[in-house]
Parts: sequence; C-alpha cells; structure tokens
Amino acid sequence: MVSFWHTILALVWKDVLLEIRTKDIMISILSFAILSLLILNFALKPSPKTASVIAPGILWVAFTFAGVLGLARTFALEKDQGNLVGLMLAPVSGEALYLGKMLANLMFMLIAELALLPIFAVLFNMSPFQPAFLLVVFVATVGFAAVGTLFSAIGVNTRSRDIMLPVLFLPLVVPVIISAVVASSIALDRGPWVDMVKWIQLMLVFDILAVVLSALAFDQVLRE
Amino acid sequence: MNNVKTGKSSLFLLLLAGAMMLGTLYLIFMWVPTEKNLGISQRIFYIHVPVAWVGFLAFFFVLTGSIGYLFAVKSSNNQALMSAKSWDRFAYSAAEIGVLFMTLMLISGILWAKPVWGVWWTWDPRLSTSLILWLTYVAYLMLRAYSYNEDQSARYSAILGIAGFINVPIVYLSIVWWRTVHPQVLVGPAASGSLDPSMRMVLLAATATFTVLFIYLLVERMSLQKSEEQMEMIQGLGRTE
Repeated sequence: MVSFWHTILALVWKDVLLEIRTKDIMISILSFAILSLLILNFALKPSPKTASVIAPGILWVAFTFAGVLGLARTFALEKDQGNLVGLMLAPVSGEALYLGKMLANLMFMLIAELALLPIFAVLFNMSPFQPAFLLVVFVATVGFAAVGTLFSAIGVNTRSRDIMLPVLFLPLVVPVIISAVVASSIALDRGPWVDMVKWIQLMLVFDILAVVLSALAFDQVLRE
Repeated sequence: MNNVKTGKSSLFLLLLAGAMMLGTLYLIFMWVPTEKNLGISQRIFYIHVPVAWVGFLAFFFVLTGSIGYLFAVKSSNNQALMSAKSWDRFAYSAAEIGVLFMTLMLISGILWAKPVWGVWWTWDPRLSTSLILWLTYVAYLMLRAYSYNEDQSARYSAILGIAGFINVPIVYLSIVWWRTVHPQVLVGPAASGSLDPSMRMVLLAATATFTVLFIYLLVERMSLQKSEEQMEMIQGLGRTE
C-alpha cells in the first residue's frame, strides 16, 4: 500500500517538475481562460444588474474550455516524447498511473483556476474568495480532472486527437457543468447552504464514479 | 455455411418487418382515431415513441456488448478472443443503428413540438438528456473512425459505451433539478398519463414493428461487419506473402 502511494507521488512529482521547467500547461490554461472571459464579456455584455446571473456561467465556460486545452496538453507531452511507452513498460499498475496523472491534472487545473479568480472578481465585480464557492470549484474540478484524464489518454492515441478530447469529454461532464454553475451562482449570491447541498452531493457522486471507473478502465486504455 | 444461415434468417426478418410496417402504417393513418386536442399532428407519436424506444434499446445493447467485450478480452484463450470479437461487433452495430434511430427520434420530436408546444425545442429533461445521449454516441462513432486499429477502437469504445450509459441517470437528474431552478410549465401529451385503448394498441403494434426492424438491421450490420473483418484478414494475408 505504501509503495502504491509512493508510485503515485513519484508520477505526480514527474509532472510537477516538468511543469515547473516548461510552464506549458499552466500558460495554455490561463491565457485561454482569460481570453474566454474577455470574449464572453463582449458577447453577453453583462450590466451590473445581469452580471450576477450570467457571471457564474461565463466563469464555468472559461474553466471548462481552458481545462480541455490543459488536459489535451498533458498527454500530448507524454506521447510526443515517447514517454507514454515508458510509462506503459514501467512495472506500475494502471490504477496508479491513472491516479498519478489525474492528481497532477487536478493540481494544475486548481492552480490555474485560483489564478483566474482574482481576474474574474475584478472584471465582473464578484467576491469569489469564500469557502462555499471554493468548495464548489474544488468538487467540480475533481470531476473534470477524473473524466478528462481518462479521455485525454484515449484521445491522444487516436488519429485526430485535437477534436477527440472535447467531443468525448464535454457530453459526459454536462452534469458537473450544470451543478457547478447553479451551485456557484447560489454561493456567489451568498444563498442558503441547503440549496447548494444537493448539487455538491451530485458532483461528489459523479466524482467518485468517475475516479473509480476510470482507474479500473485505465489498464485497457494503455495496453498496446 | 454460416453466412447462408444468416442470409435466410435476415430475409425472414426483412419480410416480417415489411409486412408489420404496412400493417402499422394502416393502423396509424387509417384506423386509429384522431386525438381530440392535438389533432392530426398527434399521429407522429406512433413513430416518435417506438423510434425512441429502439434508440434506447440499442444503447442498452451497446452497454451489454461493451461489458461482454471487456470481460472476454481479459482472458487469453482463443475461444474467449473470438467471443470478444463478436461482442464488439454487437456493440458497434447497435451503436450505429442507435444513433440512426436517435436522430429520427430527435427530428420527429422537433417536428411534433412546433405545432403542439409552439416551439421547436424546450430544455425539458427528456429532450436534453436525449440530445446529450445522442452526442455521446456520435462521439462513440467518431472514436471508432479515428482509432488506429481494430483492437484499440474496440477497447476505447467499450469504455465509452459503458461510461456514456452510466452517465444517463446523472444527466437526467441534474437537468430535472436545473429545470426546477428555472421553472417553466410543460404542457402536452407527454404530461398526461392515460391513453385511449385503441391508441395504446397502435403504439404497441408500432413498437413491435420497429423492434423487429431494429433486429433485422442489427443482424445485417453484424454480418456485414464480419464480412469486412474477413476481407481485411484475407487482404492482410495477401500482403504478407
């Protein structure tokens, strides 16, 4: 058991080290997310009155599409340098490989989201730094990372990998997107906690299912 | 030998589906009374509902085929690998026909919604879930098309076939909750529970007809898939020599 978590830690550390040196994923997520905020702001023209209604939606569109971009990068990096073959040859279980990769993705997405929140706060005059909202962001991002890691591993092994990840990923994460948007608009309005609970529960069920099933399926994904 | 047998049974299914279809069309357009409130447009109901049923049945077959494939492929003996191939053929064929019927279901639903509800589309849980399900299985077919080889495409799509189906209740629930956040009253025949006996009879007949048609298409598609695989194998043998 100890060696299982050791393996995962080593896998996460490998990705972190790579990211510290290249800053590839973080830059692609952040720049794309900021641009999405900007474009959506012009497209939807939120006034002070409507901002509280549409801002959560705008934020989650930015998170979702930027997340897809980041997820696509993580396995593309592995594939291009032939590292994926190395990982497959390593005496490591599929579950450990999946969890390592998933935790690294989760971390990158969370850091990028935290960096994006101040910009969101300024542009839409919101106060996102409150526990309830941050919890929603965390739970939703776990779902994104869980499904995204599985499908970016699948997508990168297909002929048109740029399109395959979003096409596979987006229909499946619809429940998370809906829950995240509704729960965050309640949280940003400082609405009652009871309204939020069921959405967070729904996302938790999704997260658990996604992590467990993807971990079990990962052996099949990486087999040649 | 095997192909001759498939040919005979599929011919029988084709004739049966054809005869049943003629009977069903007669029932729908000549026999069943016109609905009082909705008028003539309600007759699309007898196509729309059976087509939807076949679509869901097909996606359930994809799920069974996918699970069967993943179990069979785990063991390494030859017998199991042959059965893995037929599970995969079953799932793939069902997915293709399922997308076809789901498309028909969406189109007939949109056509029906306009005269009845006054809009082409509403974000009702059933409609939204069907659309997401359709997108998932379109992605399934894309995944098949873009994979590098047969084995890989079978494994990847089996995973998607299972994940897509498990996701359905979660999607449905989330949209039901989401709708209650933005309440909008939905009126229409779907809201009422009881059906006139003659209408129920026609609906059942139409459902049976479309199910037979579906099974015929499935048998044909699977045998076509098998022929394609055999041809590829023969071509591959030719290349190596």
